Amino acid sequence: MNMAPLVDGSLVVLILAVAIWTIAVRDSFAAVVGYAIYGLMLALAWVRLAAIDAALTEAAIGGGLTGVLLIRAAVRLRPTESVVAGDSPAWFVKALAAVLAGAVSLALAVVVLTLPEPAPTLAPQVAEHIASTGLGNAVTAVLLAFRATDTLLEAVVLVFALIAVWSLAPDRFWGGRPGQHYHLEANGMLAYLARLLPPLGIVVAIYVFWVGADLPGGKFQAGTLLAAMWLLAIMAGLTDVPEVRLVWVRIALVTGSAVFLVIGFAGVPFAGAFLAYPEGYAKPLILIIEAASMLSIAVTLALLVLGPPERRGQS
Amino acid sequence: MSATTLFGLCGALLVGVGIYGLVVNPQPLRKILSFNLIGSGVFLLFGVVARRGAALGMGGDPVPQALVITGIVVAFSATALAVALLLRLHDVSGTASLTTKESPEPSDT
Repeated sequence: MNMAPLVDGSLVVLILAVAIWTIAVRDSFAAVVGYAIYGLMLALAWVRLAAIDAALTEAAIGGGLTGVLLIRAAVRLRPTESVVAGDSPAWFVKALAAVLAGAVSLALAVVVLTLPEPAPTLAPQVAEHIASTGLGNAVTAVLLAFRATDTLLEAVVLVFALIAVWSLAPDRFWGGRPGQHYHLEANGMLAYLARLLPPLGIVVAIYVFWVGADLPGGKFQAGTLLAAMWLLAIMAGLTDVPEVRLVWVRIALVTGSAVFLVIGFAGVPFAGAFLAYPEGYAKPLILIIEAASMLSIAVTLALLVLGPPERRGQS
Repeated sequence: MSATTLFGLCGALLVGVGIYGLVVNPQPLRKILSFNLIGSGVFLLFGVVARRGAALGMGGDPVPQALVITGIVVAFSATALAVALLLRLHDVSGTASLTTKESPEPSDT
């Protein structure tokens, strides 16, 4: 008996149920916890769609980091959330919203049901040219060779987002340390985990990064894992967030984009186009870009979670 | 019904649920959450398009899959910026409301 339709059907029902719950539940804290669970279930849907790279990214970022970010915000906003909940719109606004939402869903459903047959695909083109990159993972080849401009711009967007977040700091804290100070509870469970997990997490991250060339994985997933390990050590109080004025922090943030740009421009004289790789050097160059990007992504993602500077540095 | 159609309809419904939540929930944090629901629904539609393009031993068209990975990371950075703006509003005004007492027009996010 084929269980696949049953698995897919239950998964879709669960995903929709949790999604509806996150917008309907009264308590915002419960809603954000629901959203983290939703991210993990969505990762299962990605597995069912045979997109393991996307599943890893969704689980790590959609479920993990976004969850931490929103839970931190929900805790700080808790005192005011129930007050603001009183601003609920009138019934006719709700009815109009329901009509609008229903219309958009219906239109998208019609699109889904009338997608062209046979489905258009770029897989043959990727299969034809993947040998020139020396990579085995088609998604990594698209990210770092065929559509490398997207990935470069994305790395820049991450840094821009962090600059925007930092610029929300009050003047007196500019250049200081982000987030609150976490006190170390020497014998606490969190401190124990923060000592136990990072060595494992770092090894797993390097593995995920390395196999990303040929198997599902890569710099985003590995970078997110490294960011999570760093955040764990910070939240357990084992280490403090660096002041954002420090030079090494700034260098760590831009290294990924800078290496990407340098190799990209080097492609103009050596391979005839921006972001083109010379014959035979594609894989080592891609690995250099990925390694630099992984470190920058890890630092940027962790600092994005921690938010703007809120304390003066003690130096 | 094929699995791709099923997940495609799921993505379509998620976009609808997100739009409803975005308009109806008054708390900005909940609006950010709803916006992420819309985004994840759109990503799921990308996944369906990718899956339908499976060919030559690949489980799906790798181009939309790669775009989704980029999209998830950019969505996270936009969410982080939105949360930072919200917390700053909360610090400055002591509340996280988007409405003022005189004009109860819910403003857009």
